Amino acid sequence: MTALTLGSAINAGLSKALENDDKVLLMGEDIGKLGGVFRVTDGLQKRFGAQRVVDTPLAEAGIVGTAVGLALRGYRPVVEIQFDGFVYPAFDQIVCQVAKLHYRSNGRIRMPLVIRIPWAGGVGAAEHHSESPEAYFVHTAGLRVIAPSNPQDAYVMLQQAIASDDPVIFFEPKRLYHSKGEVDLDADLADAPPMHLARVAREGTDATIVTYGAQVRTALDAAVAAEDDGISLEVIDLRSLSPIDMNTVAASVRKTGRVVVTHEAAREAGVGAELIASITEECFHYLETPPRRVTGHDIPYPPSKLEKHHVPDLDRILHAVDLVLERGAGSSPTGGASAATVEGGVR
Amino acid sequence: MTYTQTRGSSTGRADDHDAVDDVLRLLEPDGSRIADDTLDPWVADLSPHELRALHRDMVLTRRLDAEGVALQRQGQLALWAPCRGQEATQVGTAHALAPGDFVFPSYREHGVLLGRGAKPADYVLAWRGEEHSAYDHTTINAAPPQIIIGAQSLHATGWAMGAQRDGSTDVAVAYYGDGATSQGDVNEAMVFASSFRAPVVFVCSNNQWAISEPVTVQATYPIAGRAPGFGIPSLRIDGNDALACVAAMRWALDRARRGEGPSFIEAVTYRMGPHTTSDDPTRYRDAAEVDEWAQRDPIARLEAYLRAEGMLDDSGMDEVARAADALAAEVRAACIGATTRAPETMFDHVYAEPHAAVERQKAEYMDYLAGFEK
Repeated sequence: MTALTLGSAINAGLSKALENDDKVLLMGEDIGKLGGVFRVTDGLQKRFGAQRVVDTPLAEAGIVGTAVGLALRGYRPVVEIQFDGFVYPAFDQIVCQVAKLHYRSNGRIRMPLVIRIPWAGGVGAAEHHSESPEAYFVHTAGLRVIAPSNPQDAYVMLQQAIASDDPVIFFEPKRLYHSKGEVDLDADLADAPPMHLARVAREGTDATIVTYGAQVRTALDAAVAAEDDGISLEVIDLRSLSPIDMNTVAASVRKTGRVVVTHEAAREAGVGAELIASITEECFHYLETPPRRVTGHDIPYPPSKLEKHHVPDLDRILHAVDLVLERGAGSSPTGGASAATVEGGVR
Repeated sequence: MTYTQTRGSSTGRADDHDAVDDVLRLLEPDGSRIADDTLDPWVADLSPHELRALHRDMVLTRRLDAEGVALQRQGQLALWAPCRGQEATQVGTAHALAPGDFVFPSYREHGVLLGRGAKPADYVLAWRGEEHSAYDHTTINAAPPQIIIGAQSLHATGWAMGAQRDGSTDVAVAYYGDGATSQGDVNEAMVFASSFRAPVVFVCSNNQWAISEPVTVQATYPIAGRAPGFGIPSLRIDGNDALACVAAMRWALDRARRGEGPSFIEAVTYRMGPHTTSDDPTRYRDAAEVDEWAQRDPIARLEAYLRAEGMLDDSGMDEVARAADALAAEVRAACIGATTRAPETMFDHVYAEPHAAVERQKAEYMDYLAGFEK
């Protein structure tokens, strides 16, 4: 095992994929000589050459659209969208072309494309640099959507994404780029858990927190804090947002009977809405209290000085935990009456 | 070297009445052969056999197109996008291709598909609503017809970047119309193609209309004039002159195969029919304009030339007409004989690898349907 930052783990995963398959190539803005604005692709152009690690023109539709053509020619392009908020110019190519070509061609055309997106907020960035657009892609049939939360998963799942014959949107939690974890660089992909499976990040018995990406860390911190109050929280790290591993989620909810979903993205029609709808369909009779969402507000991402009020923190998660557990001064005995408080309020 | 070649006879403004004649051509509208220094070398070796094949494929395309319209009118197709008037551009450029080249067509390129060897069913099953794309792209080296305007220009450029990396001489061709040139994708494709010297040819069929919008809404300057700004040489040719279309395409393909990168061809032509069978062009254009373009008909033009050269006679014409009717009959049979797939197949191929959620929805829906059979 090697201690690596999440960014270095992705670099190692890209490097391994480039080594193992000469059809893999990387494309993006500033990924070559500079090594990417986050240095995630540092050194790769030097090692693999400018034909395989390509600095592209500043045109996101162009990057994804030419990657489609390269895939048709037998390549496995891994493209980088420099920031989450820059993906929208490529939206048509992703939704109408990348996601649908396999279906449109009755399976004759494969789109083994990975679209890497440095993702989400909490880093004090300028406007358009802290977005959480995952729900758009989760809603699009034909795409797989992955959001790792730690260096080991980032390393392994990126390689799994590149090996997949389906197109994968790969969200990289940028506020964890510099956080370290143990990585097994010799991990055999065949032995690794499949990309579509969720992971129980922490076992617990009183309530379930379902989350993904950088929020996994916040949820784990919340679970540690709750332990001091004698509350045992189970934390599910979804890892894959499309498909969602409902078996793992449902098993946990059936065990605890109480669930909080947290993500940074806005609430309306977000991944949490899908999760709670599915939980309600599959686990209705196991639920002791109404499920709760702790999410970004339904506002554009605020200026960074205010982002701590937008990105759900440990306290907001614990507040929702109190509500699903029907405990503490802030919650009513029925649970239902307090909904307005948690949904409207910022602590 | 970057340049745009036209005759230079008009002011260059797209709304100049002379602009449609400010093109390179080898056949005048009456079929008389004229010289052109740029184009002539590229068709010097065209044999009578090849010239007759060009004519034949254009007649076949027109007949196929008429059959498509008829099948729609009879309720056998949901929709059809007629290509009448654009046969020279489609057949002429496709004629110049090598088998290993790969085309990325729009939805109106029936003559290009014919040139690539499409089967009768390939033309109609998507328009009937049976499939999104009827043909196997590997058998005719053509991507599924593109409906999102201009999106395929990027795919062609990427494919060409792949061919370049493979060290092959294969060339990608993007076909689109004048409306597409306003799209970001088309402009981005030119940037990528130029920066990476990708072996790609952009064929813009300027058929004067994007549904109801005249080309002057897309461009106030000839479209071919844009390409040099991207560092891409361009030719503005008479898209109703099959010889000019073959010549320009050979020029562009040769540049690509020699590693000189992308080229741009603006083929000035005319959409004689409606945008699609759902469109009513009488609401936005004058009959006089259509009549004027009828005098520039691409098939009549080549036919006049071939007859004057003694390469085509009445019996040759009869033979072509019979082949066209036979193709139309095959297309009709393939259309009417098509069977709609079982509903469970609509869940197939959403993903290349197993996907439990789609499988579950498929099972749920099939259970639901089975409930009606009890």
